[in-house]
Amino acid sequence: MNITPLFIVLPLGGAFLTPLLGKRWKYFPGAACNIITFCMLCLSIAAVAMVYRYGIIMYRVGGWMPPVGIALVLDSLSAFMLVTVNLVAFIVAVYSIDYMKMYTARWNFYTLFLLMIAGMNGMIITGDLFNLFVFLEIASIASYALVAFGTEQEELEAAFKYAVMGSLASSLILLGIALLYGFTSTLNMADMAQIIAGRRGSQLLLFVSGLFIMGFGLKTALIPFHAWLPDAHPSAPAPISAMLSGVLIKTLGIYSLMRIFFSILGMTDAVLNILLALGAVSMAIGVFLAIGQWDFKRLLAYHSISQVGYVMLGIGLGTPLGILGGLFHLFNHSIFKSLLFLNSGAVVYATGTRDLRLMGGLKERMPVTAATSFIASMSISGVPPFNGFWSKLVIIVACVQGGRYGYAFLAALVSLITLASFMKVQRYAFYGRLGEKWRHAAEVPFSMRFAMIVMAAACLFGGALLLPSISAPFLKGAEEALLLGTGYAGRVMENLK
Amino acid sequence: MTVYLLCLILFLIGVYCILIKRNLIKIIIGLGIMEYGLFLFFVLVGYRMRGRAPILEPDQIIADMVDPLPQALVLTAIVIGLATTALLATLAMRLYEKYGTFDITQIRKLRG
Repeated sequence: MNITPLFIVLPLGGAFLTPLLGKRWKYFPGAACNIITFCMLCLSIAAVAMVYRYGIIMYRVGGWMPPVGIALVLDSLSAFMLVTVNLVAFIVAVYSIDYMKMYTARWNFYTLFLLMIAGMNGMIITGDLFNLFVFLEIASIASYALVAFGTEQEELEAAFKYAVMGSLASSLILLGIALLYGFTSTLNMADMAQIIAGRRGSQLLLFVSGLFIMGFGLKTALIPFHAWLPDAHPSAPAPISAMLSGVLIKTLGIYSLMRIFFSILGMTDAVLNILLALGAVSMAIGVFLAIGQWDFKRLLAYHSISQVGYVMLGIGLGTPLGILGGLFHLFNHSIFKSLLFLNSGAVVYATGTRDLRLMGGLKERMPVTAATSFIASMSISGVPPFNGFWSKLVIIVACVQGGRYGYAFLAALVSLITLASFMKVQRYAFYGRLGEKWRHAAEVPFSMRFAMIVMAAACLFGGALLLPSISAPFLKGAEEALLLGTGYAGRVMENLK
Repeated sequence: MTVYLLCLILFLIGVYCILIKRNLIKIIIGLGIMEYGLFLFFVLVGYRMRGRAPILEPDQIIADMVDPLPQALVLTAIVIGLATTALLATLAMRLYEKYGTFDITQIRKLRG
């Protein structure tokens, strides 16, 4: 049986059933969401194994033959992204069981959450450019609504800003797709790649590249396009912040950029240099904006900009090692940034504040939260032996190998500033004297603790992904899929016959 | 050529609206105008001069037909645009309840 469509069908079906049954049975939404995300996590791990053994897996939607019909294409890059998204989604679903007790209308939350996952999974496995746009909009609109979920002043304002910027980005992307369709008369990615490869060097392709960099750059929040992120990500409920920072900006932005530039348009040195420069600028400016923040979640949001810069830097190098490092850092960042947002949620759950100056000494009252946040802080700062260290090391080594010593130095420097910034978080939130107000703050309930501990364990052992036997199907496979470039089209076409 | 330029002008009017206007409702309208300029352009991509509708009947050879695919895509995009506009309008209403104004210069709790 072909498992490819299940990644869209399961969450979409869950999102359909939740509002129907959720009002009547109080426990249905949470239980359904947890079961579905767990199934998808298992399926995505199975997908990695299957792609490794059998090569690309295709599914023809409605039985129509591509390039006329829509195809779902599962290659090793898609499988890699699926594992990243569904791992974080499952952990966040477990965490939400207890965290969402703070809110009313929980079934709304689970519906939007499942829709967002359906959108992201759809984007990852689709082989059709317009279909990618549709799934992108499903995920985006669900995320606008989720940012506004608290319906307080700040949340609404942030959601409005995010929705306007996001719609602008979507319009630019749609314009790019329209121009590409006019140029190639097809929407199937593989077919499009073959036609473009036959007609190199058109001015139109340059313009389209610019549109895509702007559009997906806005969705990724690379530095000149970042204004919405520090408002939107902290305003959402903590589990959603973890999803937004952990996987949404990567799926909507980085994955689409990689897929479109490497597999369809064909990567050129000019685009690589632009990505490299954008990555380096985001990395450096993001961390400087972060260090002065006193709002816990806002600080984390600025660090997301900075860490995504690392991913872009690695991919922009264009060398096999650079891409491997970029992808590895993408995976690691989704783990430790989600964990940090879950920690911030736990602190909000216990104390009701996000201001670091008001906290202090929470280590005594909340040992699990403090310990896991310490592990995550060390991971994001690149301290050995945690996973962030290994991916940053790979990126820096790749920079040096490519002869880009300036970028290597910058990457190391930003890592140090990140460490300083997280020392501040640890110092103000968890160490120091216990504030009089928090003498009765209690550790968070079991499901939240469980989620944080699992993520912390993943941070601790994440470096093992570099071991040859584990990385061959997972990281190495994704890296090879990218390096294949427009050869992707040949593989897909071969599979169709 | 003129039609393409007109689409571009419509698109730019929308972008201008989003960037310059202070009223939330006008920003939403600007977004709508920008999207319509884009949709018109997309439909024109598939248009042929003096083309006819692509309806196939037996014993008939169609020499010049309009490409139906962009029309289908634009319909999809319009529906997506509707969802976005509805959500934005809801947000604007809730913002008005909280702040008592549609002016974005007065809706500034977030900064930094």
